[in-house]
Amino acid sequence: MKIAVCVKHVPEGSARLDAGSKRLDRSGEGALNHFDANAVEEALRLKGDSDTEVVVVSMGPEKAADSLRKALAMGADRAVLVSDDALAGSDLVATSRVLAKALEREGPDLVLFGQQASDGDGAVLWAAVAERLRRPVVSQAAELSVDGSTVHVKRQTEFGYDVIETALPAVVAVSDAINEPRYPSLKGIMGAKKKPSETVSLADLGIDAGDAGEAGSKTEVLALGSPPARADARKIEDDGNAAQVIVDFLVEKRLV
Amino acid sequence: MATLVFVEHHGSELQKGSLGVLSKAATLGDGDVAAVLVGAGVRSLAAEAATYGAAKVYVADDASLDPPLPQTRVDVLAKVVRDGGYDTVLFANSVLAADIAAGLAARLDAGLNWDLIDLVQQDGKLVGKRPALQDSVLVDVGWRSEPRLALFRAGSFDAAPTGGGAPQVEDVAVELEEHSRGAKVVDQQLEESSGPSIEDADVIVAGGRGLGSPDKFTLAEELARSLGGAVGATRAVVDAGWYPYPAQIGQTGKTVSPKLYVALGISGAIQHKVGMQSSNVIVAINKDGNAPIFEFSDLGVVGDLHEIVPKLIELLNQRKGV
Repeated sequence: MKIAVCVKHVPEGSARLDAGSKRLDRSGEGALNHFDANAVEEALRLKGDSDTEVVVVSMGPEKAADSLRKALAMGADRAVLVSDDALAGSDLVATSRVLAKALEREGPDLVLFGQQASDGDGAVLWAAVAERLRRPVVSQAAELSVDGSTVHVKRQTEFGYDVIETALPAVVAVSDAINEPRYPSLKGIMGAKKKPSETVSLADLGIDAGDAGEAGSKTEVLALGSPPARADARKIEDDGNAAQVIVDFLVEKRLV
Repeated sequence: MATLVFVEHHGSELQKGSLGVLSKAATLGDGDVAAVLVGAGVRSLAAEAATYGAAKVYVADDASLDPPLPQTRVDVLAKVVRDGGYDTVLFANSVLAADIAAGLAARLDAGLNWDLIDLVQQDGKLVGKRPALQDSVLVDVGWRSEPRLALFRAGSFDAAPTGGGAPQVEDVAVELEEHSRGAKVVDQQLEESSGPSIEDADVIVAGGRGLGSPDKFTLAEELARSLGGAVGATRAVVDAGWYPYPAQIGQTGKTVSPKLYVALGISGAIQHKVGMQSSNVIVAINKDGNAPIFEFSDLGVVGDLHEIVPKLIELLNQRKGV
């Protein structure tokens, strides 16, 4: 079996938006999106001792190679980075187009995603990629198993759980409740440097620059503003009288 | 403007979030607003959808559409958008709706803006309002082509009946794509909650890890009783088995917007925040003064909830003369 895990390199610490480009400032240090570590872990768990190949795939700047190396250090076998200046500003339509092409080139049986990106709060990419690949998709997987060519997923929803089965090839997005990602061992970190890793351009994937990046996107950021603040927010330290302060506050707000 | 709203249902109940989006669509201006219902036995729900502002209701009613899976619904919506010429398609966020919206975006090569809290006409252009970076920035987003797809945070709009008359109902015959028929729901474990529903409660008292132990949830329950509210919980305590899943508030639980939200021993992680941040008034008690919850609380109290809450219950009960 071949499993591809899509991962994202996200800015570390508190992210900021660049006022000029209105894009996320990606100039600082970055790290593997921690929700994607759950997807890498799940791929490695499914692999176990078998000859399954785990390929990690990312789209991002050259520095995203750091996050791919972390996934390799965890135990993934191979890394593919799609990097190209023309990718900047890609929205969902453009990103899913590029990732789907990169995945088609790999032809995996199972494609895994993490539950969201910690930077843009995006939590929808897998469904768009699955649609482009014309494969079944299941998200919010709290449990995942593969039995021959069938995937079994316990999917968490607002109402409880759905148990879903689908044949491979398929796309699954895992919830962060599915596992505890391992930390790379020293041996894993040293070994990651020797594992196969390639960087591909849009031309390598046969994608026209006009179909990627800002040019290939259908949404745009128009302006950045300040959110409406919670008026009169206050914070107190309990000096033994906090319960009375809360009651007075609720009375003032006509909530009791 | 011709707007289509995906109206989600669970059993025979239309979801409040999508009815809120429908109400909002009806206020957006001159154009036609239609709703689309997808499932088995959903025809009977069309009249209710109409009372929230849909002049026309598309009904895709078929046994094959009963399982709550996204890809079959992408097939239905793609057909309705194309045949009906809709330029704007709106969704209220849910586990199901997010996957439908993104799948439809790829199918139609259409722009999708998500996590929106509002939609306005600005200089003749449709503009979405999206809080970003833990809500520290409010971003104006737009679309460069049609159809425009938008996914709203649950609780963004109140569901307000407009008193509309009998809708025009149009049946949608659907041919499902091969890949849309791949996934099968083989079992459903629905967890029904007892007591007042947290989605409809005016007051919610929610407990997190800071309660210290499962038996301390009685504090949350007693305070909820004094305030006439329901009890909620964070994912951490539900995962730990302290409280049942139907009470879970957050990204993988319920999204609520009560008049009063009292957070006991809750740090305010993003997973929880997205489920309760649109509450009218938020009161938080936490012993860690640096907890993120204080950044979006109207009244934050740094202190030991085990000392404060019993006193609070006593004071509230005195007021009520209990």
